[in-house]
Amino acid sequence: MRWLLRKDLLILRRSRLLVALLVLYPVAIALLIGLAISRSPSRPRVAIVDETPPGQTVQVGSERVEVSQYTQHLFSQVQAVTVRTRAQAVGKVKSGEVLAAVVIPPDIAARLSTGIRQAQLEIIYNGDALQQSLVQSQLGSALAQANLGFSERIQRAAAGVLALLLKGGNLGVIGAPPDLIGLGQIPPQLHAIIARQPPGPDRAALQRIAAFAEFAAQNLTLSRNVLSTVGQPIQVRSTLLHGRRTPLNTFAVVVAVSVSLMFVCVLLAAGGVALEREEHVLARLLRGPPALVSREGLLAEKGALAALCAFAVAFAMLAGVSAFVPLDWSRVGLWLLALALGALAFGALGVAIGAGAREVRAASLLAFLLSLPLAFLALVPSGAVSTGLYDTISAISFVFPFKATLQALDAAVNRSAPALGGSLAHLAVLTLAFGALARIGLRRAD
Amino acid sequence: MSVALSVRALGKHFGELQALRDVSFDAHERELLAVVGPNGAGKTTLLSIIAGTQTASSGSVTGPAPGDGVARKVGWAPQQPALYSKLTVAENLRLFARLERVADPDAEVERMLEQTGLATRAGDLLGELSGGNRQRVNVAVGLLGAPPVLALDEPSSALDPRQRERLWRFIRGLAQDGTSVVFSTHNVGEAERYGDRVIVLDEGRMIFDGTPEALMQAAPAQAAGDFEQALVAFLSEGPEL
Repeated sequence: MRWLLRKDLLILRRSRLLVALLVLYPVAIALLIGLAISRSPSRPRVAIVDETPPGQTVQVGSERVEVSQYTQHLFSQVQAVTVRTRAQAVGKVKSGEVLAAVVIPPDIAARLSTGIRQAQLEIIYNGDALQQSLVQSQLGSALAQANLGFSERIQRAAAGVLALLLKGGNLGVIGAPPDLIGLGQIPPQLHAIIARQPPGPDRAALQRIAAFAEFAAQNLTLSRNVLSTVGQPIQVRSTLLHGRRTPLNTFAVVVAVSVSLMFVCVLLAAGGVALEREEHVLARLLRGPPALVSREGLLAEKGALAALCAFAVAFAMLAGVSAFVPLDWSRVGLWLLALALGALAFGALGVAIGAGAREVRAASLLAFLLSLPLAFLALVPSGAVSTGLYDTISAISFVFPFKATLQALDAAVNRSAPALGGSLAHLAVLTLAFGALARIGLRRAD
Repeated sequence: MSVALSVRALGKHFGELQALRDVSFDAHERELLAVVGPNGAGKTTLLSIIAGTQTASSGSVTGPAPGDGVARKVGWAPQQPALYSKLTVAENLRLFARLERVADPDAEVERMLEQTGLATRAGDLLGELSGGNRQRVNVAVGLLGAPPVLALDEPSSALDPRQRERLWRFIRGLAQDGTSVVFSTHNVGEAERYGDRVIVLDEGRMIFDGTPEALMQAAPAQAAGDFEQALVAFLSEGPEL
């Protein structure tokens, strides 16, 4: 078998274009997939026209909230491009320089200050249906975040005014008397006065006023809590049921490396076996007795060589990417284990494809047509499709090595669930199953 | 001449199709045995079973007795060269010599390069050789380890007349050196010219085994003197009794 391995290495060395394609193509595909997963959605580039006069404020009782704070909230949610006029904003949207434009009108403070009229913003956008949908989704989210931030400021101002009413002091409102008594201070002072009053109608009237003041103070305290609830009615607390949350960028690395591992391994193994048929050598190698090489030996050699090459490419990718994305190198042993088992399973799948094909081109095409959809199917999240379809996709993904490799590598690199051991065992079973299929495919040597 | 290969009651079927039926013959040392017949007669199947790439459904193929020092009993050169086009002539020969576990692969490669007259092309990639030279390397690989019997499946089918002539000169040399050569051919002229004996297969049956001269004599009278005519008449009407 070692002579066959040496021969294959020699042929690989002489097929530089093929080797370059085998390495560069999956790496390019993998990087594209990785970028697509890790980079979307980015902050939208939005032109902002702030038509409000500088320093304009919204008055809430004695508190003032600057309108510019809303603009700052909005700026933090998008890639803001400041423009002076609406016409300039329209020009930037038309030219595609920005995804959309937001116009903050000059009367926004006046409307908010009325307390009964909602302020209005103008959004300008362009593009086809898909782009419009994207803009609405991204900008809607950004505006909601900005609105939330601004409403929290207003709610804090309102709560401050209520606190002052309760505790007393200087309201700071024009016309209000200085050093006002707080609503919360009225009941104890009234009770002291009532205690000094003789029984009679005046005392009864004061007792009624004291009861009202007590009730009003209690409810004003409650109002502050209500205000904070209205400011953010529902808070989200996330609980991950199992495993460890994988950061999106490191998951993208795992996807990219798994895709590369799959393509290099499956294409090389399938092509390697098919080449023996295409060159009409298979019959010569397998004729007997004794055969020059056993069928099992031939398949093992092709699968192992492909696995070794793919393993090297994938590990180099992982090591290279670690320069940009922080990976835990203390787990490198587990990375290698996951890559090795994944490579062997892909190698077995590759030789099974190659054993059924008569030409390298047919084997490569078949390998490609099978591998690419498998990768995409394995990435379909639950809930993205109907339950029945997801179950079907899961069943398909289960009988091919991509998803198991992805899970094994994710567990090895990111400590995510399911545990590494189960995925490795799954890959070992798939290696044997595809190895057996390849052996059946190689029954005929001609 | 002693028997180098003995075929007895050989049968082969692929499902319902009976490719070979009860074929028996002997091949002798230094003999060139031609296997002829129309398409689908079973020539390639017979050669494949002799070479060991297919197993027989019934019957037996017996080669030289074991323990005589040869690496393989039957050498084989398939119709299409079974070689690696990305390897050189010498690399192909060396690879198969090693896989055949020949005692001294390098010496064997030198011997085969000398014997095939390809020493000057030893470093050329196989894919860059002419069809004739490729076929010579194909036959040379079949001869690695000096097997006493060589099975050649239509060895000259893809060659031009000059290449064909050179190849047959080489094969005749092998037979003269003691190798028993069993070859199939579509070219009845080759069978007549180079075959010491001819076996005629038709629909899997062996319908003639004898010298080319004997075939001419057995053919109907109107085909007298022309081997091809004799074979065609023989296949259509059977031997003249």
